[in-house]
Amino acid sequence: MFGSIDPALLIAALMVNSVPVMLAATGELVVEKSGVLNLGVEGMMIMGAICGFVTAVVTGNPYLGFVGGALGAAALAAVFGVLTQVLQTNQVATGLALTLFGLGLSSLIGQSYVGIRPPATGDLPLGPLADIPFLGVAVFGHDWMIYGSILIVAAVWWVLKYSRMGLILRAVGESHEAAHALGYKVTRIRMLAVLFGGAMAGLGGAYISLVRVPQWTDGITAGAGWIALAIVVFASWKPWRVLAGAYLFGGISVLQLNLQAAGSAIPVEYLSMAPYLITILVLVIMSSGRGKAALAAPACLGQNFHASR
Amino acid sequence: MLRLERRPSPSVFWERASPFLAVALTMVAGGIMFWILGKNPFEAIRTIFWDPLFNAQFASYSRPQLLVKAAPLILIAIGLSLGFRAGIWNIGAEGQYIMGAIFGAAAGLAVYPVESRLIFPVMIVVGALGGFLWAMIPALLKTVFRTNEILVSLLLVYVAQNILAMMALGELRNPEGGGFPGSRNLSQIPAMANPELIAGTGMHWGVVAAFMAVIAGYILLQRHILGFQIKLAGQAPRAARFAGVSPARLVVLCLGISGVLAGLAGVFEVTGPAGQISIDFNVGYGFTAIIVAFLGRLNPVGILFAGLLMALTYIGGELAQFMLGLPSAAIQAFQGMLLFFLLGTDLLTNFRIRLAKRKVA
Repeated sequence: MFGSIDPALLIAALMVNSVPVMLAATGELVVEKSGVLNLGVEGMMIMGAICGFVTAVVTGNPYLGFVGGALGAAALAAVFGVLTQVLQTNQVATGLALTLFGLGLSSLIGQSYVGIRPPATGDLPLGPLADIPFLGVAVFGHDWMIYGSILIVAAVWWVLKYSRMGLILRAVGESHEAAHALGYKVTRIRMLAVLFGGAMAGLGGAYISLVRVPQWTDGITAGAGWIALAIVVFASWKPWRVLAGAYLFGGISVLQLNLQAAGSAIPVEYLSMAPYLITILVLVIMSSGRGKAALAAPACLGQNFHASR
Repeated sequence: MLRLERRPSPSVFWERASPFLAVALTMVAGGIMFWILGKNPFEAIRTIFWDPLFNAQFASYSRPQLLVKAAPLILIAIGLSLGFRAGIWNIGAEGQYIMGAIFGAAAGLAVYPVESRLIFPVMIVVGALGGFLWAMIPALLKTVFRTNEILVSLLLVYVAQNILAMMALGELRNPEGGGFPGSRNLSQIPAMANPELIAGTGMHWGVVAAFMAVIAGYILLQRHILGFQIKLAGQAPRAARFAGVSPARLVVLCLGISGVLAGLAGVFEVTGPAGQISIDFNVGYGFTAIIVAFLGRLNPVGILFAGLLMALTYIGGELAQFMLGLPSAAIQAFQGMLLFFLLGTDLLTNFRIRLAKRKVA
């Protein structure tokens, strides 16, 4: 059953497949660390996918495409930020609205872009590294976004753990009242976190439409945003574990795609539902074990803050 | 400088009025969107909200459609609203709807071609059971393992869609369909059909069930202890626990009820308007019902009207697609916009907007 699958190519595909959820989950992790629960990741990702795609096709430059994707998704995130932070709306409901609206708007924008191929995002030349047997194909023959996404995870980890900015962000997420009393602008900090989360989801979405598929179809993200949300829980709000979660998910989806292509005896539908089922399973394992996942969550997650004093 | 000031108690006026304001604002913003798309905004809004009901040419076709489209939305939204009030977020109604349809259709097709009056009622019950069982997965995972029900219920939608594809291509495929995907047409089998009860109204058993659900929901929330507990758990979770309300029991009940109703919506749809299990059977009622629940302010009577309004945007959207070439995705974005404005105008219920000079800290 596994005979026809080349392990080096499998690892290469795994790395490509895990980038979108890794980026989106890292962004959402920062948002949740600031105490905001944005369930609109799926909507922001698909907005990033279409905005990135359109920008890349119009300008002919894939790098500008990623910028466009990040900006488009951040614009949608700004709507979420204004609604939840200024207008005090329920974060769960607003996140859902973001997803529903994003799915509609993206398909509206994307109508005339179906079936077009975007400009190719070139591989990052790593010189002699790419000639190493096995590792050259598996790890060192990719486009720059793959390495960029790992650097982003590292940067987020460093900022959250060692910088003053990270400390303030975590303080706002753990106790907005205390942070407010210390003079930090809770609303402004959360707004910035939401925008960052949007931009990251947009990058992830753009990666799907520009590199992984690469094409535009309606609903192209196919639940990746929801899986990103699950990975944040899986990661217990720790950036390095997001990396692990994204690779786990990427591995499962690559494996199921390869099994489909190899004509496995398991029906296609069972294989395509596997990533979702395993995500649920992982969520269950993480949330049971003496409630550790719940304890790691930022204390003010999902609570609105209004400075009335 | 505008400043928000929390009201001592929510404004009764704005609680009623804000949905209307939101609809008006959505029309304005939607009009701008249609204008950007190069359509006449006034014509587009009129085609969506006016023509399906009053246009001499189309109204006779589209008026019955109103009830057909509103019934599943109302059924699902009533169930969702109970959970939303208690802070239990079932956003996977789409999956429960699919499973209801599959279970119901499978029960009927299992005994094909037997003709009996009992088959249709049995299918309805089995369909409701299908939705219930699918909703029990997030409910039990939540109560036993404390797993987040939002993510589990949503992820299960993707699983349900794959099961639907599997059924349409495999177990439930019409053996006389020449190999095409899709089941037998249930609406053409007398023992399984969910026909139009009064000709020209669109009234079918699902509509009857939707009205019953509205009444039951109203009684539950206004008169029954469970309704009180749901409201209490949502507004003051700690007080609810002191009052002896078991959170686990509420999770199971709220998810169970919404699963049953979504399953019912699915089985009524598959035996009536949709007619068969096919790959594209689900059209997003489970997600639109979330908007309906909020538009109706989580109130059964409000949901009744909200469901009719949302059904109108579906029908009007189709009409606008046909008449003006307005893309169908525009209507989806329009519905999403409505939810934004609804949530945004909610502010007026809980806050006062005051003009105030910036004070020196």
